[in-house]
Amino acid sequence: MTRPPQRTGGRVGVFGALSHLALVVWAILVIFPIIWTFLGSFKTNTEIFGEHPLGLPATFHWDAWGRAWAKAHIGQYMVNTVIVVALSTFFTMLLSSMAAYVLARYRFFGSKVIYLLFVSGLSFPVFLALVPLFLTVKNLGLLGTHTGVVIVYVAYSLPFSVFFLTAFFKTLPTSVAEAAMMDGASHTRTFFQVMLPMAKPGLISITIFNILGQWNQYLLPIVLLPGNAEDKWLITQGIANISTNAGYEADWAGLFAALSMAIIPMLIVYIVFQRQIQSGLTAGALK
Amino acid sequence: MRHGKLSSASPMALRRYGFILSFLAAPLVLYVVFVIAPYVQAFQIALTNWKGISPDFDYVGFENFGKMFADDVFWQAVRHHGLLLLVMPLATIAIALFFSFLLNIGGGQANGRRTGVRGAAFYKIVFFFPQVLAVAIVGVLFQAILRPDKTGVVNNALGAVGIDPVGWLINPDLALWTIMGVMVWQAVGFYVVLFSAGMSSIPSEVFEAAALDGAGRFTLFFKITLPLLWDTLQVGWVYLGIAAFDGFALVQVLSVDRGGPDNATTVLPLEIWRQAFTFSKYGYASAMGVALFFLTLTFAVLTLRVTRRERIEF
Repeated sequence: MTRPPQRTGGRVGVFGALSHLALVVWAILVIFPIIWTFLGSFKTNTEIFGEHPLGLPATFHWDAWGRAWAKAHIGQYMVNTVIVVALSTFFTMLLSSMAAYVLARYRFFGSKVIYLLFVSGLSFPVFLALVPLFLTVKNLGLLGTHTGVVIVYVAYSLPFSVFFLTAFFKTLPTSVAEAAMMDGASHTRTFFQVMLPMAKPGLISITIFNILGQWNQYLLPIVLLPGNAEDKWLITQGIANISTNAGYEADWAGLFAALSMAIIPMLIVYIVFQRQIQSGLTAGALK
Repeated sequence: MRHGKLSSASPMALRRYGFILSFLAAPLVLYVVFVIAPYVQAFQIALTNWKGISPDFDYVGFENFGKMFADDVFWQAVRHHGLLLLVMPLATIAIALFFSFLLNIGGGQANGRRTGVRGAAFYKIVFFFPQVLAVAIVGVLFQAILRPDKTGVVNNALGAVGIDPVGWLINPDLALWTIMGVMVWQAVGFYVVLFSAGMSSIPSEVFEAAALDGAGRFTLFFKITLPLLWDTLQVGWVYLGIAAFDGFALVQVLSVDRGGPDNATTVLPLEIWRQAFTFSKYGYASAMGVALFFLTLTFAVLTLRVTRRERIEF
């Protein structure tokens, strides 16, 4: 493969140009659909599906945004999703860090078994549990309630969070906690005031991981919040439903406005926290 | 921790066990009731003819499995997972490897260190973005983009250069490939970032030494980067392989008639969902769940067996 240096220059030039072109093309493939959706929310149906679907709208009016927010209930779905994800992420973090701390730092009868029980949850597809899970939630009277969704989100986020945080707590030095205990701090106080602050980097990664995972969940909402609980719906199932209806009502601008409303918050959050998000999401792969 | 042993006083040991219990009780109960119990029950329900409407059911042994093996739709779904498993991870990994090589190493040398091409940071940010979008939202987005007539953006653009509209999602021979394309579109950025992390941990002396020996970019890529990245590649392969056994959200939202046309894009998770919540065939749906579980398990075990090789320390 060795080539004389003078030839390398020319080859690299062509290769470099082509590879740069590939990068630009892929960037366009990613950016273009999103810009098109955003512009589509200002267009009329003829503009969207007419001769030039790639053109700019004639006028920028926000009617479709109003329709999507109020009539298609995107506002409602958005609020629902924020509430559900905030609660379930909070409880996921609380419960998983408690369990992980005890499993990482205390040796007691059955600790190994409990750890393996949590980790084994990682190897099962959620579809296997779907029917019994639905029946359990139904029998508890939690079908069609946000409480039910939050509980299920927390339960299914535990395996990975416990797995990751157990490994993380094991890497922390023991001396600080021991000193705190010597000074008479209780186990609980040591955990909340000494260990949790020390575990901050790991906690942030897993929090981001859980927020994104739960925000984007689609299967569990459509199973746990069925059609008769429409006012409880979450954003993903709301958007999917609007898409089905847009065909009948021919309100494509409304659909694009709804899509934009779902995409833009994620875009802003992503741009602000992109470093943390990238490391949070890839954290799982670097076990 | 040795707190229990520091003092043999029983109040202290008691407090320790009380603490352990109070911290483990809530997560463990939640986990057992909503995760472990359903998984166990699924195997049990798979052996019944439960139709969901009445609480009565009979154990029918392996009847559901017999029915499943005689069901064409089941085999179609399994074939689709096979194709997904073959094409989607390979395409994603190949594209992501190419891009991450360009973005981290392909830019030549600056001050004796290998760098990425210009604008590498920008490309990484852009490429990763689809990953933070919900799959359901991506599905709705591409439904509009891939409309079968000239009202779809892609077909309109093709029309501009004189190509007839393509039935991306309505042509049964093409629909699954289109869906795989959307999966790759969403996944590539994640693996670019993942592989970039792997590449940046390769010491730059390795590349310098190779460059001194006259290695070109292709040698750098195939003889050095690829072998040193093996562990990360294996992780990526497992992740994508597991994703190939899912596909529920995208197929349910994006495909015509949920898995159509004519079941040309259906996947097992979709059939499980449909059997359970459209037809209330709880027993049959659970049997398919068991099948899916064993397929995923087989894949995971085989992958770990085949790809395990000696770690290269550096």
